[in-house]
Amino acid sequence: MNPRVFEMRAAGRPDDPAKWLAALALAIVVPVFFAGSYALGLMTETLIFAIAAMSLDLLMGYGGLVSFGHAAFFGLGAYGTVLIAVKLGISAWISALCGVGIATLGAAAIGYFCVRMTGVAFLMLTLAFAQLIFSGAVKWRAIGGSDGIGGLVKPALFNSSLADPLAMYLFTLSVFALALFAMRRLVESQFGHALVGMRENETRMRAMGFATRRVRWLAFILAGFFAGIAGALYALYNGFISPDALSWGMSGMLLLMVVLGGAGSLVGPAIGAGVFLLMKHFVSSHTQHWLLVVGIIFVGCVMFFRQGVWGMLARRGGSAT
Amino acid sequence: MSLLRVENLNKAYGSLVVTKDVNLEIAPGERHVIIGPNGAGKTSLIHQIGGQTRPDAGRILIDGVEVTRLDPERRAQAGLARTFQKNTLFQRLSVFENVRLGAQARFGSTFNLTTPARALPHINERTQAALTRMGLEKLAAETLANLSYGDQRQVEVAAALAGDPKLLLLDEPTSGLSPAETRAMIEVIKGLPRRMGLLVIEHDMEVVFSIADRITVLYYGAVLASGPPAEVAANARVREVYLGAGLADAAH
Repeated sequence: MNPRVFEMRAAGRPDDPAKWLAALALAIVVPVFFAGSYALGLMTETLIFAIAAMSLDLLMGYGGLVSFGHAAFFGLGAYGTVLIAVKLGISAWISALCGVGIATLGAAAIGYFCVRMTGVAFLMLTLAFAQLIFSGAVKWRAIGGSDGIGGLVKPALFNSSLADPLAMYLFTLSVFALALFAMRRLVESQFGHALVGMRENETRMRAMGFATRRVRWLAFILAGFFAGIAGALYALYNGFISPDALSWGMSGMLLLMVVLGGAGSLVGPAIGAGVFLLMKHFVSSHTQHWLLVVGIIFVGCVMFFRQGVWGMLARRGGSAT
Repeated sequence: MSLLRVENLNKAYGSLVVTKDVNLEIAPGERHVIIGPNGAGKTSLIHQIGGQTRPDAGRILIDGVEVTRLDPERRAQAGLARTFQKNTLFQRLSVFENVRLGAQARFGSTFNLTTPARALPHINERTQAALTRMGLEKLAAETLANLSYGDQRQVEVAAALAGDPKLLLLDEPTSGLSPAETRAMIEVIKGLPRRMGLLVIEHDMEVVFSIADRITVLYYGAVLASGPPAEVAANARVREVYLGAGLADAAH
């Protein structure tokens, strides 16, 4: 295994705008003309979880910080969006922005404590905070308790509405493209490079003069912000939210997506989200034991493709050129 | 005002005293070498100056500013840079990136979230200059892990230099180096700009006497002798510790 792969990921591949534009064009044209509403829904869901998985990748792949509580920020974004829209009766657009804000503030508060740790202690602390929020949501009747809460009115978008699967898809695709662009800029920035340096050797980074705890805190907040965006989109898409979105199962699913796709590449976890959801939809229609299949694939990935689906593709591509 | 001032520093782990009433002063531009038998507390002292460990008592001042309770990163921002006894850089990153992070630490803005790190001319120039000084230009694109131990040692120093420190701590810069690499390292150290103070831990007496303005001998955590090389070499107690001859010969 070539260790330089790690840095190439950190630095980002040289950008080829034509490739990205082609991918975007494909993502617009194909669904508009060929996809039915089921497929559109599946693709929308994939993009939403892709954003969430990429946000976790900021922490995991670049910062080397495995969070087992990332669902908290996804859930806060989603709950914030639904609750503010339904309880205050204001536009879902505004409530979605509020939802993202709540997720970000939540990440700032929880992160303040979590970033004092690394490794397993960090993982356990993120899990503990997420479980705290989860049990709060389950117990609190006013926000629907374990039944969850619905009734979000899908907002209008130009001449259409997000109730239209195609409009929802295209809106989600735009947000996804912006989020991917922003996160790539982030990992290529001095901040992103410092994050990678901390993953490699924190003692050294501190000796060099990096305020590593502040870097870690900001990374945590940014990851929460993007997870909150995914959560808000999820709320707009479903119009309904339940504590499942806050559960450790959700956090685990995001972890699986990152590992399946390949941590530390952003695009990898996005692909991981697609692979995971495709498996969920298709394998689960054939057998109830779809999680068993996912588990076997996951074990295979960890054992044989440490860099995930994207790492494998990138290596193929790299050796071909 | 002295560049580094260590006052009555003490540190013990249980009954094991690693630093005992150590006083040390380094003038601006001075090259100070610490010697002493294994276990004399040399690295413990460097760790306390660098902030990796906290002393039990005493004070440390860099450029007149007390840093005794400051985190390592704050000391680094105050102009302190260091290398470690064992190579501890970023094994999976390129040589260039290893050194570039050193420059970014002092001259970059780590909380800038949008400008690509590779597109900063002032950081890249400093990185390049540090690489050139250490003769590492050709290895810049190589992954650190692929370098020989000796070359990695050079990268350690380059990364510390990239931050243009006022005071540079080198913990056994020539350990594990071949004779040829050791001679090259001596030349590099001698060629460092005089505006930079140096505190070096070293075993190799040839290295010690070719770079030192002043020498401090540590023995069981305490300062046994401190002064110009010839004076230290002539010191009877030092000669006793070093079993005589080798040290005095090296001084000539």
